[in-house]
Amino acid sequence: MAHARERPLIDPREVSLPEGHPLARLSLVAAAVGAVVLAAAWGLGGTRFYASYLTAYVYFLTLGLGGLVFVLMQLVTRAGWSVAVRRLAEHVTGTLPLFLVLFVPIAVGLADLYPWVGGVAGDGHDALLAHKQPWLNAGSFYVRAVLYLVIWGGLGWWLRRESVRQDGLAGPRAVAITRRLQIVSAPGLVVYGVTVTLASFDFVMSLDPHWYSTIFGVYIFSGAMVGILALVVLLAVALELGRGPLAGLVTAEHYHDLGKLLFGFVVFWAYIAFSQFMLIWYGNIPEETVWFAERLEHGWRPVTLALALGHFALPFFYLLGRDVKRHRVALAAGAVWLLVFHYVDLYWLVMPSVVEGFSPHWLDLATLVGVGGLFAGALGRLVSRPALVPVADPRLPESLSFENV
Amino acid sequence: MPEAGGGNVWGALGELSTPAELLRAARGLREAGYARVDAHSPFPVHGLERALGLARSPVPWFVLVLGLGGAAAGMALQWWVSVEAYPLVISGKPFFSWPAFVPIMFECGVLGGALGAIFGFLAMARLPRHHHPLFESQRFERMSDDRFFLSVEAEDPLFDREGTLALLRRLGAGHVELIELPEPVEGPAAPTGSAEGA
Repeated sequence: MAHARERPLIDPREVSLPEGHPLARLSLVAAAVGAVVLAAAWGLGGTRFYASYLTAYVYFLTLGLGGLVFVLMQLVTRAGWSVAVRRLAEHVTGTLPLFLVLFVPIAVGLADLYPWVGGVAGDGHDALLAHKQPWLNAGSFYVRAVLYLVIWGGLGWWLRRESVRQDGLAGPRAVAITRRLQIVSAPGLVVYGVTVTLASFDFVMSLDPHWYSTIFGVYIFSGAMVGILALVVLLAVALELGRGPLAGLVTAEHYHDLGKLLFGFVVFWAYIAFSQFMLIWYGNIPEETVWFAERLEHGWRPVTLALALGHFALPFFYLLGRDVKRHRVALAAGAVWLLVFHYVDLYWLVMPSVVEGFSPHWLDLATLVGVGGLFAGALGRLVSRPALVPVADPRLPESLSFENV
Repeated sequence: MPEAGGGNVWGALGELSTPAELLRAARGLREAGYARVDAHSPFPVHGLERALGLARSPVPWFVLVLGLGGAAAGMALQWWVSVEAYPLVISGKPFFSWPAFVPIMFECGVLGGALGAIFGFLAMARLPRHHHPLFESQRFERMSDDRFFLSVEAEDPLFDREGTLALLRRLGAGHVELIELPEPVEGPAAPTGSAEGA
């Protein structure tokens, strides 16, 4: 660990958004628009609203969860390179408490989303659902969902608060915070792994309660990593371009490493997605293959192919070379592309299990704008206050002078 | 000062004691216009490639071509075995069941890429070789321990025995020397020695 400094390397005010920065004002507009659109969609949408809402909710939730695991991993590995961009992920992580509030429409629409609600098990028609009833019932679902969301929200909020508190400290007291964050992050990763796996089963996999895949949690995690890395790249570019507060701090070296991780998790996502597909295809057991059959028929086949191309093949070759990863605008373009396909991925996971056939709906867009507006509003508010770089982190000098060999 | 004699000179060598000195001297050599320059260090020094003005390595292209080639070859092999040479029905699936072939295609791609990286690197570094003129220098042994070296090849158009050594000295080298090419050994029927008395 680097030695303790008497005062922060950088004045926190120099690396904060200035008063009245357009990003701060835009986030208020985004939150207002999001709230109005979401209320209108809920009021007008009927039961179709819940399917679209769940997709948008899980989309932005995975961005927050990606941020949480990114921060935990940087802390547990005592990473030096990432300190200059870690605060951006911490801000994204800070949005997690919002999802406890946004869970309300899902709780209300539970019966419209999940076929296991309402005692199918009771009349004995469905032995499999009867068998799963102790886990898949409304009461225990609510308890578990709230538990996950409280754990994520609490951990995410605490990580960000401690890191921000460090900005005002110096010397051994600043180092003590880094130590405490590191100590919490190791068990934090274990809790994260268990809760995200179970939550992915509860929120998404149980939409088709007869089907199961033990790799499903890892699949959600891999998509979340792609999402957060793309989002951190976008935030860094947005806050750096045009002499932004991050100019000169986040360099091509950081983009290069973020790009390498993004490339790596694009491949990891494909690896997990294909592992899930191949074993089910090879085993050829009807209660497993039905899930893929739904996604290769009724108009879903082009979406499946688009996902394989857009979420893997094209970004694989785009991000393969060194030049794209070191060029901020080129990398940001790839990040936007991957954020779009992360939504396609979740749409592809949720919709075929809930809605008949591939049938895009205005509610899909409305819920995306609604949840997205609230998410962007919360994120904008978190970003616009404290420093955008953990100025008192003992490893900040290492990050600022970091170079790829 | 080493006696340059009339022998063939391979180049000049300058010894530096810290990575920072090495970077500064490398930059100095590049600014003076030298191109056939190399640096020798016990560990990787950040920014050295840029200081030396080295061109991008072509090794990634070996990796790309051999990786894609390996993947294609892996898939082709499985197609040939399963469709042409020995078609068997396995769990009612088509002969060409590509999903089952993907893992082996992937591994063959990884193998091709790894071989491309190793042999591409060896080819570009002109390895393996048994000897290098720099090993003639006693002090050069410390490049794997605690010293940093810059070498300038005599083939560089700017190379000049006195001038290059003086420049290395000016750039902070504590010790400089000329590296001579070892006398060529011309097979078993070597001519009678003439170097001895010269």
